[in-house]
Amino acid sequence: MHEDPLFLYTLRLADTALINGHRLSEWCGHAPVLEEELALANLALDLIGEARALYAYAGEVEGKGRDEDALAYLRDVASYRNILMVERPNGDFGQTIMRQFLLSAFMHPFWEAMSGSRDSTLSAVAAKAVKETAYHLRHCGEWTMRLGDGTPESHRRMEEALEEEWPYTGELFETDRVEHDLIASGVAVDPASLRDRFDTTLERVLAEATLARPPAGWMQTGGRQGRHSEHLGHVLAELQYLQRAYPGATW
Amino acid sequence: MSRGKNDIVEDDGASDRRARALKLRALAALASVHDPEIPVLTIADLGVLRDVRIEGEKVEAVITPTYSGCPAMNMIAIEADLALEKAGFSERKITTVLSPAWTTDWMSDEGRAKLLRHGIAPPPHSSSRAGLFGKEALLCPRCGSAEVERISEFGSTACKALWRCKACREPFDHFKCI
Repeated sequence: MHEDPLFLYTLRLADTALINGHRLSEWCGHAPVLEEELALANLALDLIGEARALYAYAGEVEGKGRDEDALAYLRDVASYRNILMVERPNGDFGQTIMRQFLLSAFMHPFWEAMSGSRDSTLSAVAAKAVKETAYHLRHCGEWTMRLGDGTPESHRRMEEALEEEWPYTGELFETDRVEHDLIASGVAVDPASLRDRFDTTLERVLAEATLARPPAGWMQTGGRQGRHSEHLGHVLAELQYLQRAYPGATW
Repeated sequence: MSRGKNDIVEDDGASDRRARALKLRALAALASVHDPEIPVLTIADLGVLRDVRIEGEKVEAVITPTYSGCPAMNMIAIEADLALEKAGFSERKITTVLSPAWTTDWMSDEGRAKLLRHGIAPPPHSSSRAGLFGKEALLCPRCGSAEVERISEFGSTACKALWRCKACREPFDHFKCI
């Protein structure tokens, strides 16, 4: 498949934001306390807002008349390019928090760097997203500390969550051929340049949380190339239901 | 009969005055558009209204979202369009821009005062902006006490956080600083 690198790059960011936002929105009506219900819904809203702006731009770059809705609702699993971490089931509250903490620890410096992109649309989306992600990181970081350094039960669960989510952090730092030229021309961000910031945040928060960083090891991969776990199909079945059942429906 | 230079100058002057008058009329109309989620604030108070452009008889209002996913944006665009229509503009355009990114620094002093009267702690100015894991200094909008604590980073809308006053025991919303 020959896709425009900028289209694919933008699509990867959009898909990751949408699926992450959708998973967080699943907490509506299920969170342990009302304040966290609101918090997770707010995070979801930020992410879906970012996804909309990114999809609209991806559609424009592609130039085939697909708008944000067509890209979100009318593609199947193999066309999705999100990282695998965001399609994983939520697990318990601690696991959702751990996943969002790890993701935000990467996304915060990512959007910061992206706000200096030579692509004016990506830099505009990034300049908004970086402010929002700062709140996501702070919120999930504080919960990681509170639960990690909490009761023996909450500590155990956070330890397990970290172990389970860890192999999915590798994809955050991947680059492939599609992105090399974009990085060289200052449109895309080289994730390797964010490694130090990511490590520093982790070191600080995990120390407070009395959790040990897992050793570097084998990492999951494939989402960015369209090779997904069985979970994404279930996410899309729900997310896309209305447009699939009633094509073109609006309200 | 050919038009003399003076006629053109005269015309230009007239159209400038006309454009100014139209712009003032558009601004007055848009001043009636409120944020549907915080109805005490207008979109001008919030700094969501970025520009009003007049071209001939056409008017364009430029707005920017507070947060990327702000669900009020569609409503604001519809209401702005409606306000301009009521003000007599037949050719209208509402444009949404993302850049430069909205910041609470754009909120007017009047907007801050309105929030406070409404029981919402306004955002601090950027000079007092807290670091990522830093502390924020706030006063209770009801009793003015500095003995306040954060209940949650997120509140009833994307732009607000939930706080509580330890002096009067009342919970309150805080418009987050971004």
